[in-house]
Amino acid sequence: MAEVLVLVEHFEGAPKKVTLELLTLARSLGEPSAVYVGAGYDNAKAVLAEYGAQKVYIAADGELDNYIIAPKAEVLAQIVGSASPAAVLIPSSPEGKEIAARLAVKLDSGIITDAVGVSDGFVCDQSIFGGGYTVKSQVSKGTPVITVRPNSTPPEPSPATPVEEQVAVSLSDAAKKAKVLERVSEKKGGRPELTEAEIVVSGGRGLGSGEHFALIEKFADSLGAAVGASRAATDAGWYPHQNQVGQTGKTVSPQLYIAVGISGAIQHRAGMQTSKTIVAINKDPEAPIFELVDFGVVGDLFDVVPQVTEQIEARKG
Amino acid sequence: PTAGGRPPAMNIVVCVKQVPDTYEEKKLSDADKTLDREGVEGVMNELDEYAVEEALRLKEAHGGEVTILTVGPEKAVETIRKALSMGADAAVHVVDPALHGSDALATSYALAQALGTIQHDLVILGVESTDARMSVVPAMLAERTGAAQLSFARKVEVNGSTVKIERQTDTGYDVVEAQTPAIVSVVEKINEPRYPSFKGIMAAKKKPLTTLSVADAGIDTSKVGLGGSGTSVAEFAARPPKQAGTIVKDEGDGGVKLAEFLASQKII
Ligand SMILES: Cc1cc2nc3c(=O)[nH]c(=O)nc-3n(C[C@H](O)[C@H](O)[C@H](O)COP(=O)(O)OP(=O)(O)OC[C@H]3O[C@@H](n4cnc5c(N)ncnc54)[C@H](O)[C@@H]3O)c2cc1C
Ligand SMILES: Nc1ncnc2c1ncn2[C@@H]1O[C@H](COP(=O)(O)O)[C@@H](O)[C@H]1O
Repeated sequence: MAEVLVLVEHFEGAPKKVTLELLTLARSLGEPSAVYVGAGYDNAKAVLAEYGAQKVYIAADGELDNYIIAPKAEVLAQIVGSASPAAVLIPSSPEGKEIAARLAVKLDSGIITDAVGVSDGFVCDQSIFGGGYTVKSQVSKGTPVITVRPNSTPPEPSPATPVEEQVAVSLSDAAKKAKVLERVSEKKGGRPELTEAEIVVSGGRGLGSGEHFALIEKFADSLGAAVGASRAATDAGWYPHQNQVGQTGKTVSPQLYIAVGISGAIQHRAGMQTSKTIVAINKDPEAPIFELVDFGVVGDLFDVVPQVTEQIEARKG
Repeated sequence: PTAGGRPPAMNIVVCVKQVPDTYEEKKLSDADKTLDREGVEGVMNELDEYAVEEALRLKEAHGGEVTILTVGPEKAVETIRKALSMGADAAVHVVDPALHGSDALATSYALAQALGTIQHDLVILGVESTDARMSVVPAMLAERTGAAQLSFARKVEVNGSTVKIERQTDTGYDVVEAQTPAIVSVVEKINEPRYPSFKGIMAAKKKPLTTLSVADAGIDTSKVGLGGSGTSVAEFAARPPKQAGTIVKDEGDGGVKLAEFLASQKII
C-alpha cells in the first residue's frame, strides 16, 4: 500500500488531537507515515506509534523553529520527492493551510483545504458556504495536498512499531526570510482549544460586558468546554480575537455548540453551522439562531446560565 | 534617506478580490460547478478593506504609491473603484475569459505574473477571502515570488527596509521580522478601514486603471482557468434544511430544562 504522509501538529512535542485523527484517517487510505518537524520528538514518539504510524520522518534541526511556515513546507517537499507518497494530509489550522499552500506550489499540485472527510481515491468532502452545500472534490494534478478539519474523524488507536528516519535538512535562503524574534502567549489557562473541543460555549453581545464572560467561562468549565465569542464580543474587546467563531474567525464543528446572547448572523453561522447539536439561549424569540437549534431557551441569559451551570454541577455530584 | 541613499518611500501593492455579498445566498452554477458570480451583488472582500487601509496608513507615514491589483471578471472594476476612492493611487486589473474557473494555485500564479509588471516593496493581502475561505493565496504568492512571508499580521511596523509584524497565533502572537520585498496578510483586528469620502469618489474616476489580458501579464494560459487548475469538483449538493428543534420559554426553569435536554443527549 502506498504511503500517506501526515504532518504532525504539536505543542512542544505533544501531538495535538487532530494529528491522531489524521493518522486514523490515513490508515483507511494507505500506510500512514508521520512527519515530525522541530524539537521535542521524544514527547511525541509513543503517541504516534499508538495511533498507527508505520514510519516517522524526523526533522529535528533546532533552526527550523526560528522561521515561520516555509521550512516545514521545504521539509515536506523534500520527503515527497524521495518517498513519492500517495498524498499529504495536513491539519486545517491557519498554519497548516499556509504550509499546504507553499507545498502545493513547490509540487505544482492541486490543494484541497478544510476537508471534513477523505475517501478512496482521495475524494474529499467539503462543507462550503457555511454548510449550505456539501461538495465532493478531488485533486487532478500532482500529489494531492489535503488539509483536514479537526473533529472530522474520531481518533482510534492501532498500535504499530514505526520505522524512524532522520531527515537532514538544509534550509534554502528563501525559507529563512521571515525570522521569529519572539513568541508571546496570551492564552487563558486550562480550557480545550476551540477547534478541537467536543463542546463549545460561545457568548455574544447579549453578555453586555467583558466581566460577564465569567458566566460563560463557568458554564463552559462545568461541561469541560472551550469558550467562543461572536465578533460583536471580540470587537468590543470583551474576549480575545483568537476565540472568535465565524466567517472571519474560527470554524468549529463540535458535538455540542451552545450560543448565549448571540443573534445568529449569517457570518456567525458560517463558523458553527456544522456542529452536531446546537443549543441557544436568547431573550428574543425571533433571533435567527433559533432556526438552527436542536434545543433553544427563550429567556434572559443572566437567569438561565447560572441555573443550568448549577444543575450540571449538581448532577456531577 | 536610509543607508545607501535609498529613499524611505514604500511602494505597496494591495491584492483585492471581489466576492459575492455575504448577506446574499451563494449559489453554485449547475453548468460548470463554479461559484455563480453573475447572479449576485459583488462587494470588496471585507478583509481586503483592512489591507487597503493598512497600505494607506503606511503610505501616509512613509510616502510611496499604493497600487490595487485584482484578478477577476469585468464586474470586479466596481471593487477596484472603491479601493481607489479610499485613497489608492492606481490599479491593475487582470481580466481575461481564460481565467474563468481558476483555483487558488492558478490565481496565485496569475497574481505573481501581474506583480512582476508593478514596481513594489511590499504586497498586502487579506488573510482570507469570504467566498473561497482557503487562506492560501498569500502563502502561495510568497512561495512563487520568493519574497518574505509575513502573514496573519495584527500589527505592521516599517523601518527603512525592515518590516516587523505581530503574527496572530492560536495562543497569542509571534513577533516576526523580514526585509523587503515582503508579502503581508492582515487580520481584521489590525485597523478600522475608512469610508471613501465624496472627494475620494470623484478623484477615483481620474486615477490610472490598467487592464491587462493574460498575454499582457505574461500568463501562460495552460496554467490558469478550469483546465489549468489542480482540483476538480465531482459533485455537490445543497444541504437539506434542518428539522425544527424544541424551543422552550424560560418560566423560572429554563436552566433546569436545558440541563434535562443535555442529560437526554447523554452529554451530562
Ligand atoms: C464580512 C463580515 C464578517 C463577519 N465575521 C463574523 C464572524 O466571524 N463571527 C461573528 O460572530 N460575526 C461576524 N460578523 C458580524 C455579524 O454580522 C454580526 O454582527 C455578529 O455576529 C453579531 O454578534 P452578536 O450575535 O453577539 O450580536 P447581536 O446581533 O447584537 O445579538 C445579540 C443577541 O443577544 C440577545 N440578548 C441580549 N441581551 C440578552 C440577555 N440578557 N439574555 C439573552 N439574550 C440576550 C439579543 O436578543 C440578540 O439576539 C461579520 C460581519 C461581516 C460583515
Ligand atoms: N482573484 C484575486 N485577485 C486579487 N487578490 C486576490 C484574489 N484572490 C485572492 N486574493 C487575495 O488573497 C487573499 C486570501 O484569499 P484566499 O486565499 O482565497 O482565502 C484575499 O484576501 C485577497 O487579498
